[in-house]
Amino acid sequence: MNTEALKELLYKMADDQLILGHRNSEWTGFGPILEEDIAFSSMAQDKIGHSLALYTFLEELGEQDPDTVAFTRHASQFHNCTLVELPNGEYDFSLIRHFLYDTAEALRFESLRQSSFEPLAQVATKIRGELRYHTMHANTWVKQLGSATTESIHRLQKSLDYALPYALGIFEPSPLEHDIIKDGIFVGEEALKSQWMKKVEEVISQTKLRLPAWDTLTAMNGGRVGKHTEYLQPLLDEMSEVFKIDPTAEW
Amino acid sequence: MASLNEHDILALLEEVKDPEIPVLSLIDLGVIRKVEVNDQKVKVEMTPTFVGCPAMDYMKNDVIDVLKKQGIEAEVEISFKTPWSSDLISEKGKAALKKFGLAPPPDSKIFTDLEILESAICPRCERDNTELKNPFGPTLCRAIYYCHDCKEAFEQFKPV
Repeated sequence: MNTEALKELLYKMADDQLILGHRNSEWTGFGPILEEDIAFSSMAQDKIGHSLALYTFLEELGEQDPDTVAFTRHASQFHNCTLVELPNGEYDFSLIRHFLYDTAEALRFESLRQSSFEPLAQVATKIRGELRYHTMHANTWVKQLGSATTESIHRLQKSLDYALPYALGIFEPSPLEHDIIKDGIFVGEEALKSQWMKKVEEVISQTKLRLPAWDTLTAMNGGRVGKHTEYLQPLLDEMSEVFKIDPTAEW
Repeated sequence: MASLNEHDILALLEEVKDPEIPVLSLIDLGVIRKVEVNDQKVKVEMTPTFVGCPAMDYMKNDVIDVLKKQGIEAEVEISFKTPWSSDLISEKGKAALKKFGLAPPPDSKIFTDLEILESAICPRCERDNTELKNPFGPTLCRAIYYCHDCKEAFEQFKPV
């Protein structure tokens, strides 16, 4: 097994979870209704937990410990897709991002149950079950608000149009994609993207929202190779603020 | 110590409860997956209910402390070899959850067919005139429902 390819896959998945987990946590205390405050806070906790499990695998493969990896890297060293680092905006954008991202993530972990890297296959079985609640939450609200009032439909449509190119950046292929697939670590981003498009179409078709033709969209790539938007570094600065006061503190 | 076997250790661990649901032992919760006694060493394998469960460290230390009180040194390994599912909660555990006011999880297999778990059995009136209010709740393992008969909210231990 190509360990470098495996590590790269683990890094991008872990970084996605950490950064989106942090964004979700920014809804704590600010949700439009109490139930959504609880939902985004719970998903934050799940995602940060998932990132910890993946960073722990990386540590076992010789990388630094999870705290060091999470809190001391510069934005250019992060492999997350840019979709997850965008600011929360209003609830409509956070919901659409959550829907587009978690649809992909649920399919990714479903597929990783077959991974040739046994620890990943084991944890994928677990995470897949947890993600059902994330997709259920996203689908319920997208279907409801995507068919409700003129304003709710307009808002979701605007956020969907804005988020889609970034969402396609989830599937930016790795330079080691060939090895990832050949070694049976993962089916690869292209295969995941086709499954994702089908699932997104299926949910959106149950609303009054419109999906543009896929071939008219250009993926916002770069995140997987450390090219981020202006929004990631300030997020990292805030996330690591307490850690950096005393990196050796025991918690 | 030399005479202890797996069953003795499991009996001692009956004392360790879920910190968030103090009526439920970790054994009934299903998070203790394996106990091994080799020579003078006790090894306990545990798995989290949810990957991000913040109570995991707490539970791990409780297991170590309870055995230490009996003069037993134990090593605890957190593993995903047997991933936790709500189906691992024992019948005794499910009864304890209900008594505590939490609806026990239904068979997790129903969840693969249903996208939305619309109703649950209310732990107070035992009827299903209920509605899912939020697939997320005060802890990662609980969802919030509303009972139209009791006119009160209740929590369900999520099937997963």
